[in-house]
Amino acid sequence: MVGIITYGVYIPRYRIKVEEIARVWGANAAEISGGLGVFEKSVPDMDEDAATIAVEAARNALLRRKVDPGEIGAVYVGSESHPYAVKPTACTVGEAIGATPNMTAADYEFACKAGTAAIQTCMGLVASKMIKYGLAIGSDVSQGAPGDALEYTAAAGGAAYVIGNDDPIATINHTRSFTTDTPDFWRREGQDYPRHGGRFTGEPGYFKHVKGASKLLLEHAKKTPKDYTYAVFHQPNAKFPQKVAKDLGFTAEQIKPGLVVPRLGNTYSGASPVGLAATLDIAKPGDTIFVCSFGSGAGSDAFDITVTDAIRDKINRSAAPSVEKLLQDPIYVDYAKYAKHKGKLVMQK
Amino acid sequence: MRDVAVIGIGCTKFGEHWERSFRDLFVEAGAKALEDAQLSGEKIDAMYVGNMSAGRFIEQEHIGALIADYAGMATRHIPATRVEAACASGGLAFRQAVIAVASGMEDIVVAAGVEKMTDVEPGASTDALTGAADREWEGFVGATFPGLYAMIATDYMHKYHMTREQLAQVAVKNHFNGARNPIAQFPQEITLDTVMRSTMVAEPLRLFDCSPITDGAAAVIVAPLDRAREFTDTPIKVLATAQASDSIALHDRRDISTLDATVAAGQRAFKMAKLTHKDINMVEVHDCFSIAEICAIEDLGFCRKGTAGKFTADGETALGGKIPVNTSGGLKACGHPVGATGIKQVCEITQQLRGEAGKRQIDGATIGMTHNVGGTGATVAVHILGRL
Repeated sequence: MVGIITYGVYIPRYRIKVEEIARVWGANAAEISGGLGVFEKSVPDMDEDAATIAVEAARNALLRRKVDPGEIGAVYVGSESHPYAVKPTACTVGEAIGATPNMTAADYEFACKAGTAAIQTCMGLVASKMIKYGLAIGSDVSQGAPGDALEYTAAAGGAAYVIGNDDPIATINHTRSFTTDTPDFWRREGQDYPRHGGRFTGEPGYFKHVKGASKLLLEHAKKTPKDYTYAVFHQPNAKFPQKVAKDLGFTAEQIKPGLVVPRLGNTYSGASPVGLAATLDIAKPGDTIFVCSFGSGAGSDAFDITVTDAIRDKINRSAAPSVEKLLQDPIYVDYAKYAKHKGKLVMQK
Repeated sequence: MRDVAVIGIGCTKFGEHWERSFRDLFVEAGAKALEDAQLSGEKIDAMYVGNMSAGRFIEQEHIGALIADYAGMATRHIPATRVEAACASGGLAFRQAVIAVASGMEDIVVAAGVEKMTDVEPGASTDALTGAADREWEGFVGATFPGLYAMIATDYMHKYHMTREQLAQVAVKNHFNGARNPIAQFPQEITLDTVMRSTMVAEPLRLFDCSPITDGAAAVIVAPLDRAREFTDTPIKVLATAQASDSIALHDRRDISTLDATVAAGQRAFKMAKLTHKDINMVEVHDCFSIAEICAIEDLGFCRKGTAGKFTADGETALGGKIPVNTSGGLKACGHPVGATGIKQVCEITQQLRGEAGKRQIDGATIGMTHNVGGTGATVAVHILGRL
C-alpha cells in the first residue's frame, strides 16, 4: 500500500519570543501569548529560505533511510515563500539530493496546505506506478507584516516525505479533501506580506474547511475519533487546532505530540507536515494517525495513516534530528536581528 | 393624530453571518414580522428602513428601493424610505413609521433596521462608525468611538467617583440577560473578572465595556390601533414617540457626561404618554459602551445623576430589580448591528409586554421604554410602549 517511506524535518535554530515582538509594538505579550498559545517562533538565518529549508528536510529524510535518489521520480515543494516567482524550488531540491534529471518537478502553492497537496500528488503517481518514489515537501519562511497579528506566529521550517509503496513506515489508507473559493487570507503578486480577513479566517475559513475534510475522511474511512492513537491539525496558533480537535471529538492527549506551534510558531506549508513528523518521531507500529491540514483560499486535506513495523525495522529515526531535538537549544534574537534575518531592513534599493 | 400599535415583530439572530448577505438578513426579519402579524405582503402600504452605512460596509446605497424590491413589494410600487441617524437609524425609522400611521397617510407600515458589518476588516468598520461623530473636529484628529466614550467615562468617574468595578457590572448584567435571549450574539454569562481582565481598548474602557461588530436585521409592523385586532390578539400601543438632537461633536456639549438629547427626548416622551419613570417596567437603553448605559438610566430619570454605578452594582437594573435595564442583553451581549438596534429594542419590549420573553420575562410588565442613541448623543429616539 502507498505510504511514507521516510521523512525529515528542518527548523532554523534562531528564535524570537512573543514578548520581544510585543515590546517593539507596545502590545501586551501575556495577552497575545494567552490568546494564541504561542510563546516563541523560529527565525531563519540570513541565508536561509524556503529552498534551503526544503533541501535540509529532504536530506534529513534520506539520512533516515537509504533511498536511491535516482529512483525519486517526482519532487513537489509546497510553499508560500518560494524564493523565485518563476524558477522552481523543486529543481533546486532535486539537484541538491541527486534526484535529477530523470524526474518531474513542480512548485506548489495553496497557502498553508501546499505540502499536503504535494503528498497527495505523489500518492497518485506512486499508486498509478508512474514513479517509484515521490518527494513531497512543505517548507516556508513565513511572511507576516511588521506590526500585523501574523508577525507573532509566522515562523520558518519544513518537512519532507518520501512517498512510495515499498515497505512504508506508515501506510496512508485514505485521503479526502474539502475545497472552496473563500478569500480569508491572500498575497498578490509583488506584495511582500499576506493580508487577511481578521476574524473571517476563523469560522468560515479554518473551521469550516478542517471540519469539512475531517468529517469526509471519517465517513469514508468508517471511523470515529476514538479509533486514532494520534491526531494532527493545521496549527496557525495553538487555539485553533485545540478547538477543532475538541469540536470533532478528539482529545487533548491525541493532539499533544503533534502540537508543536507553541514553541515553533506557524511554519505555513510546513505546519501540518512538521506536526505529523513530531508524531511519527514517537509513534510505534500499529499506531494510527489522523491528519488534517488547512490552506487559506481555502481547503483542507485529511489523511488516515497507520504506522507499520517498518518504522522499527526499516529506518533509523535517530539518524536525523527529531522535531523535539530541533526545538531544543535555540539561539534567541532580538527584534533588530530578527528584522535583519528576515530582510525587513532594506539597506539599499 | 391616530393611536398606533405594533402588530408584528421579527428579528434575525445577531452575530457574524459570514454565509449570508445584507438582503438575506432583512428578508428574514421582514418575513418573520409578517408571519407574526399573520399578514400578507399586499397589505403593506409603506416601508421605512434604518441603516447607517451600507455604502461603507457593503458598497450599496439606495437601501429603501433594495428592501422594497427584495421584500417583493417593488411591483406594487410602495414608498420605501431609508432613514439614517448613525446608530439611532432604527429608532428613527420606527418613529417615521409611527408618524406615517398616526397622521393617517398610511395604514400598515413596516419599520425595519439592518446592518451587515462583517464584510469589511475591523479598521474599515471602525472608520465607518466614526462617521457618526464630527469627522472634521473628531474623526480627522484621530478620535474613535471607544475613544470618545472613554472621555465620557473618565469625566464621569472623576466627577461622581464611580468605581471601575461598578462600571463593569453593566456588562456582567447584560451578559446575564443575553444568555437568556435566543437571538443574542454573545449568550454567555461572564463575571466581574472577565471584564476587569479583558483587553484595554481606550482607558478606562476594556473590551467587555464595548458592544461588538454585528450582522443582523429586525422589523416591526405598525398599524392604526383601531385596526390592530384584525391582525393580533396582543397589540402593543405606542404611547409616545420622541426625538431630540444635540451638537454632533462631544466637546461642544454643555456637560460631556450628560446626554442632553436623552434628557430632552425622555422628558418629551413622558409628557406625551402622561407618565413618569415610575410607570416604566423595563427599559432598553443604548449601551454601545458600559458608560453609555450608566448615563442613559440617569438621563432618563431612573436614578439620580452620579448614582447609576451604585444603582447598577446593587442589582436595581437586573432582572427582578427596581427597573430592569436591557433585558435583551443590550447592545453589549445581544449585539449591535447599528441600523437594526433601534428596531430590535422595540421587538424586545413588545415581547416583554406580550409575555413572550421566556427566561428573561418581567412578570406583569405593562409599560416599557426604548432609548436609541446616534453618535455620542447628537440624536436620541425614545419610545414608550404599553400593553392594552
